[in-house]
Amino acid sequence: MKPSARIRLTGSVLLGVCLVISAFALRHLDQIQSRARFDEVLYFPSPSVVKRLSLGYDGLLADVYWTRAVQYFGTKHVLGSYQYPLLGPLLEITTVLDPHLTVAYEFGANYLAPKPPYGAGMPQRAIQLAQYGIRNNPNDWRLYYNLGFIYYLELKDYAKATDAFARGAKVPDAHPFLKVMAAQMAQHAGELLMAKLLWTAAYQSTTDRDIRANAASHLRALEVQEDVNNLERLVSMYRERTGHWPASFSELEAMGILQGMPVDPLGQSYKLLPEGRVEVREPDRFPFIEKGAPAGYIPPPPKFLPSRGGA
Amino acid sequence: MSVRILHIASNTFREVVRDRVLYNLIAFTLLMSGASILVGQISIGIERLVVVNLGLTAVSLFGMVIAIFIGIGLVSKEIEKRTLYTVLSRPVGRWEFIVGKFFGLAGTLVVNTVFMAVGVFAALLYVSGTFAWADAWILVALYFIVLQFLMITAIALLFSTFSSPLLAAVFAFSLFVIGSFAEDLRGFAAMAHGVSRILATGAAYLVPNFSSLNIITSVAHQQPVAGEFIASNSLYALVYTAMVLCGAVLIFECRNLK
Repeated sequence: MKPSARIRLTGSVLLGVCLVISAFALRHLDQIQSRARFDEVLYFPSPSVVKRLSLGYDGLLADVYWTRAVQYFGTKHVLGSYQYPLLGPLLEITTVLDPHLTVAYEFGANYLAPKPPYGAGMPQRAIQLAQYGIRNNPNDWRLYYNLGFIYYLELKDYAKATDAFARGAKVPDAHPFLKVMAAQMAQHAGELLMAKLLWTAAYQSTTDRDIRANAASHLRALEVQEDVNNLERLVSMYRERTGHWPASFSELEAMGILQGMPVDPLGQSYKLLPEGRVEVREPDRFPFIEKGAPAGYIPPPPKFLPSRGGA
Repeated sequence: MSVRILHIASNTFREVVRDRVLYNLIAFTLLMSGASILVGQISIGIERLVVVNLGLTAVSLFGMVIAIFIGIGLVSKEIEKRTLYTVLSRPVGRWEFIVGKFFGLAGTLVVNTVFMAVGVFAALLYVSGTFAWADAWILVALYFIVLQFLMITAIALLFSTFSSPLLAAVFAFSLFVIGSFAEDLRGFAAMAHGVSRILATGAAYLVPNFSSLNIITSVAHQQPVAGEFIASNSLYALVYTAMVLCGAVLIFECRNLK
């Protein structure tokens, strides 16, 4: 073999070996370094500074920050974290860089406002974000909806929620649900009905798979709550007529006050407890239920991205 | 355009196209447009937006890098290789040399942009499955990017006429950065008083305004671009380019080449 060929061969082998070793070394470094070291750092906390530094390429940078916000929340959520201090700043930077990125405002309403562990527990910051979105996109009805959504579900401020829905309903091509919600709220509709309307609108109006899956989970929980209320009412009716609690739903069926065996939204039959209480069989499958879970039940940490293929 | 300018432009075009660095950059830009498809898939809910933003940003940044790094060597390289003297010993005016060089590089950048644009649209078609009428605004963004290239090419050429390649690169890149802050500079001028106000206003109008030519984010959201805005930007960019080229010609005419 010629000396030059030998050098080329040796060089090629060395290059390959070094590449493999460096990849292994990097992998090892990733394993020994804490993930938090990377996640908890925001080098430029000021949105306007980041905007200036983008040199006009703010759209791409907004996409990068948006992806980072989703990954930040998702990763911490999966790890069972109850604190999301960077979620607000990340969404604010994203929306200052690209004020028309509607999905970021939507994400803020869904995950910045709710209490931990379902969200960051920052409703006021979520409201500021939604209001900033409305100022920059006054013709996007979804932003008014998001604002009303936070006021109603997180702050129980019905007057402001009504105002947000009513303003959104006036926007051209607004979803008809907004008018219904504004009207229902003005008539002081029951919380369950209102919540169903809100989550249905969230489910139908979003294009984001995670937000849609989250809305579907809430809708299932509300359906359980509605079913449990109805079934317990029927059980009480049975007791009033017979003087004792029914042992099973079949007794209600036999008396003609129930048609068919009741099943939860995921197709499993409900449990009837001795003192007329109705419960779901697997409460872990309904992360947001407020009724129908066993007494003293502690829900497991919620899983982010529960059904990425759809709800 | 005189035949001599055309000859210098076509030679410059060939010289730049033969440059391997340029080929690498084109390949890299196309690669980035392809990568945008992958980035789009991990960007929840905004796949199309990411493809447009990433594709157009890549077209703009790589074109800028090409314009600056090739533009700064257009004159100095000819002096260094002493080929300039051969050219100027013929009946070719110094101004024709500068203008020819400008059109040569500008032509190369336009051809590059066309190739890159094809890559961006192909990536967009891959992600969206179809084109919408609003996607036509991407063509306007690409046109504005070409206008930016014309301005930065003229600037790089201007610095190339009197400075070393390294300093010319630093000056051209600095003007690009300052040009991106042009609107802030005007805001600062509006707040200043007295002499500062005059100086700041003068500086604000002297530096190139690249920010108004950057509409990547708005076309990514399929927002329409007003005809008046396109016309005003075109007028501004072409007049500014002509102004800088005049400056380059004046400096080169006065330069002692002995």
